[in-house]
Amino acid sequence: MIAVKLRPLVGDFAENKDKAREIRLHTLLPALKDNQEITLDFEGVESATQSFIHALISDLIRTFGARALDHLYFKNCNETIQKLINIVVEYMLESE
Amino acid sequence: MPILGNMRLHLPNSAFLGNLDPFLRNLVLSEPEKMEITANKRWLSLHPVVLCIIAALGLRTTKIHCERLEAKSKHYLERMGVFRMLHISSGINIQEHEPAGRFVPLSQIKNSPQLNSFMNEIVPLLHLAPSEAEPIKYVIGELVRNVFEHAASESGALVCAQYYKKSNSIKIGIADVGIGIRKTINQSHFAATDLDAIRLALTPGVTGTTSREGGTEYNAGAGLFFIKSLAKLHRNFFLVYSGSAMYKLLKESPGKHPILYSDPFKDRHSAANDYPVWKGTVIGIDLSLDTSLEFSSFLGLAGKALVKAIKERKKEKYRPKVKFI
Repeated sequence: MIAVKLRPLVGDFAENKDKAREIRLHTLLPALKDNQEITLDFEGVESATQSFIHALISDLIRTFGARALDHLYFKNCNETIQKLINIVVEYMLESE
Repeated sequence: MPILGNMRLHLPNSAFLGNLDPFLRNLVLSEPEKMEITANKRWLSLHPVVLCIIAALGLRTTKIHCERLEAKSKHYLERMGVFRMLHISSGINIQEHEPAGRFVPLSQIKNSPQLNSFMNEIVPLLHLAPSEAEPIKYVIGELVRNVFEHAASESGALVCAQYYKKSNSIKIGIADVGIGIRKTINQSHFAATDLDAIRLALTPGVTGTTSREGGTEYNAGAGLFFIKSLAKLHRNFFLVYSGSAMYKLLKESPGKHPILYSDPFKDRHSAANDYPVWKGTVIGIDLSLDTSLEFSSFLGLAGKALVKAIKERKKEKYRPKVKFI
């Protein structure tokens, strides 16, 4: 299991899509390819944009389908972050 | 007397999103070599988007002439940093004891670190509670990122915001002098006019980076739709001006329950395609603070509308076509 603490990487308002892409490409994607489980820890992240969450996880769902969700755990998400994750997941599942 | 051939703008006594149309129509944008600014002599009450427009035009020239302002409220322009951005002296002295109000002065944001520090300044400058700050940061974050990713503008984004006590609202302006929405959209879609391009840009799931449903790994095509939806659910104005087109979401009637449409032309709006050509994009939005709608509830509604739009488009795309031969 890999744990990624997002607050030190993206701050309390997660809007930097370049950071999101960096985390996805360098940490999440290799871990999923290795069939590892990942915890994305949002502790201290107060809010985010839909674009940030999209840049963070949409391609994982596009590449691995629902299997990505079997391996991803979202920890310490407040209501806003939960809503945004659900929006992106549903959007990607419907788009495919 | 205005000099023929220069860029010209006249600041009226009042220009907010509801009555911005004459101000935009009177802009003279054809010759970027010089800029001439005139203003109402008695009073100036201007939406932050107007200040962003002034500053953005100032990026196109160093030859700027601003007539001596006489309006009583002229210090507002100095406070908001208009003359600092234009690199000209206003001759207006600000007294230290004058109330500063709640505002974010004009800022030019060119990259992520600048956006990050700007975001950190917003909350204390606007004296916002955390719940009030969330939608404001969301809107500014998404709009400035749009400029970085789609505008191809070396000068970045010009942003400012102001709190209005009477309406208990924050008014936000953002402008760039980039390639404009039509060029961006036409990279992957076809928009015959600037207004067609704005319509597509506001449609959920449409992004200039791909024609594929669901967007790319980097762009969902939902950013502007969410921001328009936020304005609509707050029963506020939202305006996009790019190229020769202007689209304005009008306020929803108080008794009517707002519905989030995927087609912005189904919303109560005004739009036209014969404005002076703005090379870039300008966006203005008003956000009420005294709303009973929690931000997370808004996201739930906007998310549902987004997914519904995708489902409908897919259904339409894959609907079997009857072939008559």
